[in-house]
Amino acid sequence: MTIGEAWFALPKNVRVLIIFTLTLSFWQIAVVAFSPPEILIPSPLKVIQRIISSPKFYFIHTWRTLYETVVGFGLAVVIGVVLSVLVISSRFLEETIYVLLVAFNGIPKVAIAPLFVVWMGTGLPPKFAIAATIAVFVIVIDLVLGFRSVERDMMDLARSLRGSPFKILLLIRFPHALPNLFAGMKAATTLALIGSIVGEFVAADRGLGYAIMVAQGSFDTVQIFASIALLGVMGMVLFFFVEWIERLVLPWHISMRDVHHAA
Amino acid sequence: MSVYVALRNASKIYPSPRGNIEAIHGIDLTIQSGEFLSIVGPSGCGKSTLLKCIAGLEQISSGSIQIRGEEVHGPPDNLGIVFQRDVLLDWRTVINNVLLPVEFRSGKRKEKRGRAMDLLRLFHLQGFEKRYPWELSGGMRQRVAICRALLDDPALLLMDEPFGALDALTRDELNIELQTIWEQTKKTVLFITHSISEAVLLSDRVAVMRKMPGEVVDILDIHLPRPRTLAMRETPEFGSLMRRIRMIFESLGVLRSQ
Repeated sequence: MTIGEAWFALPKNVRVLIIFTLTLSFWQIAVVAFSPPEILIPSPLKVIQRIISSPKFYFIHTWRTLYETVVGFGLAVVIGVVLSVLVISSRFLEETIYVLLVAFNGIPKVAIAPLFVVWMGTGLPPKFAIAATIAVFVIVIDLVLGFRSVERDMMDLARSLRGSPFKILLLIRFPHALPNLFAGMKAATTLALIGSIVGEFVAADRGLGYAIMVAQGSFDTVQIFASIALLGVMGMVLFFFVEWIERLVLPWHISMRDVHHAA
Repeated sequence: MSVYVALRNASKIYPSPRGNIEAIHGIDLTIQSGEFLSIVGPSGCGKSTLLKCIAGLEQISSGSIQIRGEEVHGPPDNLGIVFQRDVLLDWRTVINNVLLPVEFRSGKRKEKRGRAMDLLRLFHLQGFEKRYPWELSGGMRQRVAICRALLDDPALLLMDEPFGALDALTRDELNIELQTIWEQTKKTVLFITHSISEAVLLSDRVAVMRKMPGEVVDILDIHLPRPRTLAMRETPEFGSLMRRIRMIFESLGVLRSQ
């Protein structure tokens, strides 16, 4: 057996674990070997120790950021689905909503964040709003594309069955567009997380973004790295959670068939 | 026999940036109740447009199309359609694909389940009702599409090159199955194909179309005895019918013998 064959003979989870462990080991070794000032770059062990030594601190801040992200994401999905349905339901709405949405998307959302704080204060609502605002666009784009990509013959069939526009949406367009919705949702998890952090950077008293801002003030690089690591894990968990749901909902879709068969 | 579908001087013009395109021109055609009528013609002769106009999916520009004496404005009642692509819904099992029409009219699935199972049995699909379309071969998928079209026992069945994407053997098989169903139910069928032999094999009459403009140039009666068999295709009668249609195409310049 060659090394390549042996490598791919391992279960995928084990391969991923090995890649992560090796990367972190290199980092650890490099830090020990060259001993850069800790204020620039701490060792991964230091970072992990910090998280373990103050679990409550990191739990509170992680929990807050997760909460903001999930609510913002949920809002983005609901608003995104509603907007997409409106866009495809009439030519007038299509033009109006699309033009406004594209114009709005041109604005860097980070620039609007302070405005949300002025409007909604420094609590949770502006974070929800920023996360949702950043995440909604990709959902609308993907879902509208899915709604529109129904084949001509399929629409003819639906019309010959004398289906109302609502029935056609429910029975044909929406299920047809579900893979697109999930693609949009997967991208939206990361975007919603960015939104929460932006919100916390602008004004917050809790959350990993807040923890990073505090650490920046005191040059506590270890805490910055610890927060970033937790954010990375959170982003991954959210992404794979959506993918897991996708697998449950779309066993019929071409991208899922191999997975489905293996299971 | 009564007239089921009647077209009088039906034309369809599509506006295009480079001038209007006349997809079909001055079509006069009647389909009797219980008749199996095929339309053969080259690609782009407007035969699919004709079918869509009869199905009420497109509006004619002039002339008239009537179904049982009523002018067609939108998809009529009592209609089944089969396209060249099966357009099955990937996310539904075979049985749920067949039952789709029930959901469009908010009916009860339970009441039609038995009927759906009967149709699947008739098309040799028993045991596959819980499968998904992607697990089926092309021929089986098209059979499911036919079952779906037949679910509500429509009086009129419109078929737009239904077997055009299948291999020759599967096509033969489905031709015979379609004939069997038609003999049992005597539906009015409009069958569009570009296969002369398929048209002759299945039809009571064959309408021959030309393109630019899309017109019906001739209608042939097919007086072959029924039920027809695949072996009949080797008989001199069958051969002479095929030759007549081919000669029409040759005279139009569609086919060249040399």
